[in-house]
Amino acid sequence: MASTVKRRPTSDSSPAEAILSGSQRLRLLVGKVGLDGHDRGAKIIARALRDAGFEVIYTGLHQTPEMVVATAIQEDVDAVSLSILSGAHNTLFPRVIDLLKKAGAPVPVFGGGIIPEEDIPRLKKAGVRAVFTPGATTQEVIDWVRGNIRPRGREGVTSSRPRRAAANRSARSGGSRARR
Amino acid sequence: MKREGTGVLTRRRHRGDWEEEILKPQLRKSPERAREFTTLSGVPVPRLATPEDLEGWEPEEKLGFPGQYPFTRGPHPTMYRGKLWTMRQFSGFGTAVDTNKRYRYLLSHGQTGLSVAFDMPTLMGLDSDDPRSEGEVGREGVAIDTLADMETLFHAIPLGEVSTSMTINAPAAVLLAMYLAVARKQGVDWSNVRGTIQNDILKEYIAQKEWIYPPRPSLRIIVDMIAFCARQVPQWNTVSISGYHIREAGSTAAQELAFTLADGVGYVQACVEAGLAVDEFAPRLSFFFNAHSDFFEEIAKFRAARRIWAKIMRERFHAREPRSWMLRTHAQTAGCSLTAQQPHNNIVRVALQALSAVLGGTQSLHTNSMDETLGLPTEKAVTIALRTQQILAEESGVASTIDPLAGSYFLESLTDTLEREALDLMGSIDRMGGIVQAIEQGFPQREIAEASFRYQQQLERGEKVMVGVNRYREGEDSPIDVLKIPPTVESTQIRRLKRIRKERDAAVVRKTLDELLACAQAGQNLMPAMVRAVEAYASVGEICGALKAPFGEYREAKTYF
Repeated sequence: MASTVKRRPTSDSSPAEAILSGSQRLRLLVGKVGLDGHDRGAKIIARALRDAGFEVIYTGLHQTPEMVVATAIQEDVDAVSLSILSGAHNTLFPRVIDLLKKAGAPVPVFGGGIIPEEDIPRLKKAGVRAVFTPGATTQEVIDWVRGNIRPRGREGVTSSRPRRAAANRSARSGGSRARR
Repeated sequence: MKREGTGVLTRRRHRGDWEEEILKPQLRKSPERAREFTTLSGVPVPRLATPEDLEGWEPEEKLGFPGQYPFTRGPHPTMYRGKLWTMRQFSGFGTAVDTNKRYRYLLSHGQTGLSVAFDMPTLMGLDSDDPRSEGEVGREGVAIDTLADMETLFHAIPLGEVSTSMTINAPAAVLLAMYLAVARKQGVDWSNVRGTIQNDILKEYIAQKEWIYPPRPSLRIIVDMIAFCARQVPQWNTVSISGYHIREAGSTAAQELAFTLADGVGYVQACVEAGLAVDEFAPRLSFFFNAHSDFFEEIAKFRAARRIWAKIMRERFHAREPRSWMLRTHAQTAGCSLTAQQPHNNIVRVALQALSAVLGGTQSLHTNSMDETLGLPTEKAVTIALRTQQILAEESGVASTIDPLAGSYFLESLTDTLEREALDLMGSIDRMGGIVQAIEQGFPQREIAEASFRYQQQLERGEKVMVGVNRYREGEDSPIDVLKIPPTVESTQIRRLKRIRKERDAAVVRKTLDELLACAQAGQNLMPAMVRAVEAYASVGEICGALKAPFGEYREAKTYF
């Protein structure tokens, strides 16, 4: 829950240095929200981000916005990326952003899928930081994350981050993870 | 007369001479475009296929004749000379009223069969007013909640005269029950009802991921449907065993073949274990393959599929009826090959893919519309896609002779290669105890994720090409029209559902749902009770929801690697 997450301002080492030294790896949530089961893109992105050195938490399929937000908070992620191919992006993206705000965790949200060009300005206005459409490469996504996502500031920035015990994660919202 | 071996030796010598005297100097002068050529799926492609690639290859054993075991050349004796493939464009969007209009438009333009696309909530067995359906109603297909929607969907379309394909899996039994109820209301005898329901839950766990119950109870429902149709709806194709989605999820051609045919084995096995005689139901199993971009690989895949299935049905399941050995298939061009960039190029891709399906001997075909990576297709785009099939069928001449590429050194050796690779994978699945166990262990899922990641990397390194995406890019894409689903669809559909709920007899709904549950628990065939429940206007969500009590819900492991 949001209230249990303690945050302190980032310490003096810059985020870039921390990333380069490997002391603070970005934590990213890859979420598959809505009813569509097309997880090819989400899985490729999750794996490419992991291979690029980020820590990735994948929600699995058929998540509601509430479930994604609960996982994002519980896993204390630095950004949420959503994959939507069902045409419900205009409903689901703003919902996730809204719920994150209400929970006091305005984590940046980006995503991709089959999203018509003309819907993108509206999604950006709703707070979606970047929208990747078919044909985008995993490298473009990785570069964008490197250029735009910063660690949100946690305890022990220069040492490895304290983790809550796995038992604290509910089975419902906990995602799979892999570290490099 | 020469001894048999002499010809081979002579050929080898000639080839050796050619390589030394003609090929090598040329290669020294200008090397080939790549060091290695492979198919889209990574199968090595030889520079030149020769008779040596077919040593020991017997046409009688490998090909037979059309309509004859092992059906490599096609399931029917006259193929497209007798009857062209069925041109079946998949469509559905918005409310049943919108889709009904599109169907009548397509039928009036020469389409010969209907194919229903349902929206996401329907595919997941949810009603339009379920909170999880928000934003998804009528978006990717038509929203169906109760029999009232189905009546509207087929309004003024005589079900005794058209054949209908319904792409639905987890809640398939409910939708079949609704279709039969509409037929009854139209006064059409069930023995005259023709069509196909996808009903292939195994590939849902593998690839498309729209499920409700775990694999074992899901298989039981399917066995019930197969048994019911064998007796009461004899012209209905009960399962369309689908490789399409497996391929779209990123599999190779051989994986598509192997996992699809292994799913088929799973259904046959389940029915046999339930006490059905194989020849009673096997002729009504049909298939559905992808027609992807590697032209020869796809043709080879269709031909290999027929040969493998014929052998499995005859030798493993001891089917006696030739119709049980025969693999009949639908094909759809590859959605994942279409590009949002320079979308008009998609027309050309679709034409080539459609040609491969036709040369592969498909029984029916859906050609994708050029705008499908942007959204649902517009009427104009759908018409071009349909015209593409008509041009192939009636202008190009390819439908005039049967299996015209048979005997090609390259195509026949590629057919053999795909057959061998698929059989290897199927052997692994058998060793795991069958497809259900393989799915439970995540084997096909992992294999596909691996292949799709590999392909993505090849694209990003430029080793595989998508024109307009990683080569020949343009700054600006010429915009094309996209079909808009008005936001009012959802509220209209929800109002309609609420009205039905108010008008129907709640006590009858309750009673029929209780009877259905009793059948589920007693292990009786679910279908008669299912038909009674839909006739009482019980909704898709109510029926699927009720059956979660005895059957449970499926949850997938949340892995991406």
